[in-house]
Amino acid sequence: MQKLIRVEPSKCIGCKTCELACSFKHFDEFAPSKSRIVNEVFLDEAAFVTVTCMQCDEPWCLKACPAGAISKNSDTGVVLVDENQCVGCRTCVSACPFGMIKYAESKMKADKCNLCGGDYPECVAFCPTGCLTFEEEDTPTRSKIKKFATSVKEGHMEV
Amino acid sequence: MTGGWAGKILRIDLSKESYSVEDLNLDTAKKFIGGRGLAVKYFTDEVPADVDAYSDKNKIFLAVGPLTGTYGAANGRYMVVTKSPQSGTIASSNSGGYFPSELKYAGYDMVVLEGKAKKPVYITIYNDKVEIRSAKNLWGKTTHETEDIIHEKFHQDAKIASIGPAGEKLVKFSCIMNDKHRAAGRSGVGAVMGSKNVKAIAVRGTGGVKISDKTAYRNAAFGAYKLLKDSPVTSQGLPAYGTAVLVNVINETGLFPTNNFQGDTFAKAEDISGETMADTILKRNKACMGCIIGCGRVTAISDPRFSGEGEGPEYEPIWALGADCGINDLKAIAKANYICNEYGFDPITAGGTIACAMEMYENGIISKDEIGRSLEFGDADAMVEMMEKIANREGFGDKLAEGSYRLAEEYGKPYYSMSVKKLEFPAYDGRVAQGMALNYATSNRGACHVRGYMISPEVLGVPEKLEPTSIEGKAEWTKAFQDTTALVDSSGVCLFTTFAITPEEIKNFFNAATGLNYSADDLLKAGERIWNLERLYNLDAGIDPSQDTLPKRILEEPVPDGPQKGSMARLSETLPKYYEARGWMDGIPTSEKLAELGLR
Repeated sequence: MQKLIRVEPSKCIGCKTCELACSFKHFDEFAPSKSRIVNEVFLDEAAFVTVTCMQCDEPWCLKACPAGAISKNSDTGVVLVDENQCVGCRTCVSACPFGMIKYAESKMKADKCNLCGGDYPECVAFCPTGCLTFEEEDTPTRSKIKKFATSVKEGHMEV
Repeated sequence: MTGGWAGKILRIDLSKESYSVEDLNLDTAKKFIGGRGLAVKYFTDEVPADVDAYSDKNKIFLAVGPLTGTYGAANGRYMVVTKSPQSGTIASSNSGGYFPSELKYAGYDMVVLEGKAKKPVYITIYNDKVEIRSAKNLWGKTTHETEDIIHEKFHQDAKIASIGPAGEKLVKFSCIMNDKHRAAGRSGVGAVMGSKNVKAIAVRGTGGVKISDKTAYRNAAFGAYKLLKDSPVTSQGLPAYGTAVLVNVINETGLFPTNNFQGDTFAKAEDISGETMADTILKRNKACMGCIIGCGRVTAISDPRFSGEGEGPEYEPIWALGADCGINDLKAIAKANYICNEYGFDPITAGGTIACAMEMYENGIISKDEIGRSLEFGDADAMVEMMEKIANREGFGDKLAEGSYRLAEEYGKPYYSMSVKKLEFPAYDGRVAQGMALNYATSNRGACHVRGYMISPEVLGVPEKLEPTSIEGKAEWTKAFQDTTALVDSSGVCLFTTFAITPEEIKNFFNAATGLNYSADDLLKAGERIWNLERLYNLDAGIDPSQDTLPKRILEEPVPDGPQKGSMARLSETLPKYYEARGWMDGIPTSEKLAELGLR
């Protein structure tokens, strides 16, 4: 199975360390606006939501790219921008419905999460709470199912 | 390549409605690090000691440190430095959240507010694009409303620091709030901003913090993480219960002041503890930028008597609005704390002032007619009502808004004010913790817990356990804590990390970021330099060494109850030793000491 960055929102504390780690690794500076992973903090609701590229099975960005610069690796599942072929036209940026591929001014190329290209993902390595994991199995979803099932079980036991 | 510092200072002349950008003086930064130290250096150079806090000659310096905006420990802090309207000393107040880091991403180490705007304004900063805008429609709004409006008008991702109605009305202990719930809380920095007619500063920064040695910085971060994860305080106590984890600890040790310091043990402490908060009003935990501790508490109350939602209360407000007022209603305390956040004023001074008024009321010094109602210890409704009145300087709230010292003095009874240099005590009785007492007496902004937190060794046993009531070695320890704190506040790191990390780790970050080769001792020397410079300013401002003292109650009336019954502050024994440890003669830095520190 392919590994993905999994997010368990209930564990997030809104520290944005993932953004700091990502931008430092890939852009050599601490710059959340350049991070590929985004930790959105909703102050009023005290909701913290972390989103990153989910390495789509049928990537919109890949389909949209007129230069053929985007490919999906069949082994790792990573959707990758070949910077030698990317012409910086930003079509992929328009195509992705999630905003998870951006245009990076510093290199004049499209930029997106590549799961750190074989290194252990930096955002996961630095996440202080275990909100982010890098796993084959979708543990956060499994946890939710189990929580749901547990509440059903408790309902049964009360009846 | 030099990293860490952004390299620019933004100077805003409010009188002329203009701004300029200047290079950071790197020699100054090397001597004073950044944040608190940098702001103190510029402040003491530019603002004469005799200016009135509300005069257009006073300036506000908002400064981040070389480590602000990075990862590693909890590197998201900034410092506000100005002259205090409350104490007349140098005012400095620290805050976290997201605003400080955003200022760095916009490219600045410091923003300076000078002069006075003719009409209410707010400032927007989008990297190098700066605008001074009319705040006509913001004046009178709470800090939360202000942030919402600015997000719509300026930028959805802006991070905002603002004052509430309290700052506008010059409540002497007003805060500058940022990210809705974070406060540069004490010493009245918000009132100075209000006096300048500045409602808010909103920043959007799309740049980054550059680092000189990437690998070394990353390794330093992993090193600090390990220490933070190994410390029971930063990995268990603070994440699990927030700062309120201290309620039971301090109460059981017997230095948790009650009823305006008439006692030191609160029988109902359990009702207002961090553990109770976790079981009742807590919604979730929250961190500031780059923080792995996450001590913030998001809370909500649905009880119609005290409904509301927001962050906190932290340990200090729980004590000030709770035990110090004889109150054990956590919902009332949380409500009062929300009022502080939204109207922008300091809950420690507010609680201390209400407690002072309660004692004066019970002793027949202030009448029911003057207050407009009864004001007895333990009356939660009265406390919340007084908070609302302070926020708007309404009725008796107008007197409370001056702080406990001026209130008690007005009635000819300064005895009732539990303050040092007109700043109210936080939540630890100096009659018990002798190092803390010494820190209160000598702190450069008055009775403050975050200038030299001697509770750490004296109660929590970090880095080692000292007997609180002993005076042995306390002078040297207090000096070391004060200098270390000055360094931490200057680096951009959160003070709470120092339960686990030391100047050694800060040195690792600092050197990797800046490319310099400092030793931990070099950095501590900078901390001492900053402390002495603050001291010199206060002396120039007429705060002479006779004010390095404590209220009569703390010096002469023994603790009446609890495990520490009979204990008293032994300041007359510790203070001379402290002056000696500091290299001061009769409380005044000697020319040898100043030469050693490269000052004057």
